[in-house]
Amino acid sequence: MCQPEWRRARVQAQRLADLARLRRVRDRIDREYAQPLNVEALARDVNMSAGHLSRQFRAAYGESPYSYLMTRRIERATALLRRGDLSVTEVCFAVGCASLGTFTTRFTELVGMPPGAFRRQAAEAADQADAAGTTGGAGLSVTVEGMPACVAKQVTRPVRNREVPAAAQPLA
Amino acid sequence: MDITIHTSSLPHDDPDASLAFYRDVLGFEVRSDVGQGRMRWITVGPAGQPDTSILLAPPAADPGVTEDERRTITEMMAKGTYGWILLATPDLDATFEKVQAGDTEVVQEPIEQPYGIRDCAFRDPAGNLVRIQELR
Repeated sequence: MCQPEWRRARVQAQRLADLARLRRVRDRIDREYAQPLNVEALARDVNMSAGHLSRQFRAAYGESPYSYLMTRRIERATALLRRGDLSVTEVCFAVGCASLGTFTTRFTELVGMPPGAFRRQAAEAADQADAAGTTGGAGLSVTVEGMPACVAKQVTRPVRNREVPAAAQPLA
Repeated sequence: MDITIHTSSLPHDDPDASLAFYRDVLGFEVRSDVGQGRMRWITVGPAGQPDTSILLAPPAADPGVTEDERRTITEMMAKGTYGWILLATPDLDATFEKVQAGDTEVVQEPIEQPYGIRDCAFRDPAGNLVRIQELR
């Protein structure tokens, strides 16, 4: 005898367990983005096939795990480039990208300028800020001063599918 | 006006698991524990700071929440996009080691952020993001 409400409860419990598994994958990407992660390994560790994980992840979070991973890497790259003491190639490898070409392409899509231009602009902004005796950062189109850090992190995070429109990209 | 931030709340989906995390892993004291089963309201807070509490509460307990809304909330909790809180400590590395040793899901190791702070992040058992930043 299987009561319909028992069945519904079982299905919902399974759905919540599946979502929690996806959450662990996403958290692992956040934590280990600088490692040579790939979707096959992520999927294997939660006993899913790569295709199934990608579909389920996209359904839950609106983008594929690969896209989420690259966004996370680019986000960290902007922070490292702003520091000014690392080259673009060093930053590329520091955030776990094995290919400078893929890194540059994705960076440009998300940030609106290539990493080299971003680094130069950050250095200029830092010089100007030093001259003016204030702190500042390039590439930040929003003021984050006074915000709780986790909120600042969210509002400055590059967002997949909210890339800078092509027309706004500088020609250089 | 003299207003303090007295209690803020985080949802739980397994009261005993959440209690174990906040009491045994974070070391908070338990200030009250009422209700039973899944309907439990547990007030916890850091020792020596009786003016600030976190209420661990069942999600969507308001009878005005519809079945669909309740499902959405529990799904958001499971996928980790619902509740979050920001804590702070003077010794981030020691805190991180202790919390990590408590078999907690780590979201971020201690890291220097570009906006001038250093922080780390964990999940509590209900999927809430617990971010801890360094006081300096």
